[in-house]
Amino acid sequence: MNAIQRNTVIVLRIIIGWHILYEGIVKLLTPGWSSFGFLSHSQWILTGFANWVITHDGVLQVVDFLNTWGLIAIGLGLVLGLFTRVAAFAGAALIFVYYLNNPPFVGLETGPVEGNYLIVNKTLIEAVALFLIGVFPSSVPFGLDSLIKKQRK
Amino acid sequence: MESKENSNKIGRRSVLKALAGVPVVGLLGYEILKKSKYDKAHNVQKEILNELGLTDIHSHVKTVTDASKGDLIRIGMVGFGGRATALAEALGFLDAGVFEKVGGAEAYATQIEFGNLNVAITGICEVFDMRAEKGLSTARHDIHTQGEFAKKHPVKRYMHYHDMLADKNIDAVVIATPDHHHAQMTIDAVRAGKHVYCEKSLIRREEEIERVYEAVTGSNMVFQLGHQIPQNAVFQQAKEIIRRGTLGKISHVETSSNRNTPSGAWIRHLDAQGNPKPGDERSIDWKQWLGPMPYYPFSIERYYSWARFFDYDTGLYGQLFSHEFDAVNQALHLGIPASVMASGGQYFYTEFGDIPDVLNTSYEYPDKGLTLTYSANLTSSRTHPRTIYGKDASMTLGADMTVTADRNSEKFSDLIGRGVIDPSTPMLSIVNDGGQAGGVDGVTSATSKYYASRGLTGTVIGGRNWDVTHLHLREWINAIRNGGKTSANIEMAYQEGVAIAMADISYREKCRTEWDPVNKRIIRVK
Repeated sequence: MNAIQRNTVIVLRIIIGWHILYEGIVKLLTPGWSSFGFLSHSQWILTGFANWVITHDGVLQVVDFLNTWGLIAIGLGLVLGLFTRVAAFAGAALIFVYYLNNPPFVGLETGPVEGNYLIVNKTLIEAVALFLIGVFPSSVPFGLDSLIKKQRK
Repeated sequence: MESKENSNKIGRRSVLKALAGVPVVGLLGYEILKKSKYDKAHNVQKEILNELGLTDIHSHVKTVTDASKGDLIRIGMVGFGGRATALAEALGFLDAGVFEKVGGAEAYATQIEFGNLNVAITGICEVFDMRAEKGLSTARHDIHTQGEFAKKHPVKRYMHYHDMLADKNIDAVVIATPDHHHAQMTIDAVRAGKHVYCEKSLIRREEEIERVYEAVTGSNMVFQLGHQIPQNAVFQQAKEIIRRGTLGKISHVETSSNRNTPSGAWIRHLDAQGNPKPGDERSIDWKQWLGPMPYYPFSIERYYSWARFFDYDTGLYGQLFSHEFDAVNQALHLGIPASVMASGGQYFYTEFGDIPDVLNTSYEYPDKGLTLTYSANLTSSRTHPRTIYGKDASMTLGADMTVTADRNSEKFSDLIGRGVIDPSTPMLSIVNDGGQAGGVDGVTSATSKYYASRGLTGTVIGGRNWDVTHLHLREWINAIRNGGKTSANIEMAYQEGVAIAMADISYREKCRTEWDPVNKRIIRVK
């Protein structure tokens, strides 16, 4: 990879990290935020699981906690380039779960959206982009991982 | 430079490069602070709530308090049909087989943890053997300990409700029979020293109203009528918004109830295959079922579809308008109308029964400068929420609530002019949505419109989903133990009873009716 290719992947890493970190912080700062509303409108294969979560107070609280702090941790990892690969794959998996809860498939009812989507939406694109960040070198030189790697050498 | 980087020493430039993300995090933090400052200064929602003086509207929801403390209350259930089954479940009792089928302890986790009322169903009175059996198996299985608690409080079947009322081991009764028994059973129950929760409608005919009112007010018993709407968190906030005068002068309140199924028209004596449902004269005590009503040979139509007959009911008024009236009366304290006019007819379901399938009714309140209208039909499921028309704003009040400013409002002309309020969309909406605990939306977003289209039977209080019927029974139980007023108390039931009787007479006798508050009677104006 030449420098432009490498740095473009790094820019992608940082802006997705920004988005995820902000999503996490908003949830943290919103009083009484819960994934209840999102999960109660889950459609397709995860509906059963989502219902199980929202009908169990304790489980819902755990999911809310993991969601908020998971987003913050993944977002920070991506922006700072710290444990980048773990953060990218974890982020890809988490966002893919969001996608599966509400995929824009033919026949599934969706809430109001700002664009037009069929099977592919921005959520899916973000998940795949995170996967891309995970499989490409994306923390050297602009990331804390590069320091860790050097120290280990 | 490459060779430097490859060495074990970390160069200053490499460190700086590696830290490239740190200023990005700093920038995000700075932007978040900037955004929150901006949002605070430009919060249309807050501005509207401020202007309307409704910033504290969240706090106008009654909290759900613990109802398990205090002595055990032993409840007798009179009648055990569909509604009674729902009431028993709301009290914490459900047949063991059904309980497992629905999902067992896991499905009832919230009720097990928070719904204990410390009551036992110790009596079932039912004229139909099959239903009595169902009542007994329900009473034997409490949800909280899955039957352990119920074992200690055995249930007994009574063949006549007088026997149940005479039993000192019953503290309170839940009446869920056909309407023609409600008033007399309530009178007998309070005289026997039993607290009463009675399903609507309390009365069927004018002459029952004073008798039941005097019996209940002359006793120390706690009375609750089965209108659970006031327990809804959205409703409680809507009531407060009305009380503060946000709508301006109110001159018209519109209610309706439309349905479009045979079952919705109370044709209920056939099963899914079109065969008559079980029950005959051997298994049903028909004489007791008829009670004070004129003799009629056993009829499976009458037994299951009684709400279609004026002999046992007031049709749409008792079954559906009663809920509408209670909701409006709880919110606006209208009281008894000065006059009522009703018209309509039995045009579609003409096979049996004599209730109308289309009705239009006007209730006049000249002292309040207001008309309440009720329209209903049994041949269309298109519905619209209760609408309260004010000079400055209108409110819709269904499962959710919206308030929309009137484009010609003087009070809001400045806010409309400045673009803070848009009279073409609601300026305030309270959505009965989980997680948002009766959340107030200053300006209706696309999302809240989307949620608003879905009706919910429960309500969210303190972050938990509650069945409103459970809350209504809980209020009754709390009042029995600790005193205090019930929402659907006898005063409210009296006003409702008169309004229903006035409309019922107006329809059946084709006349205008007026209320004579001095002599407490209904006058027919022909």
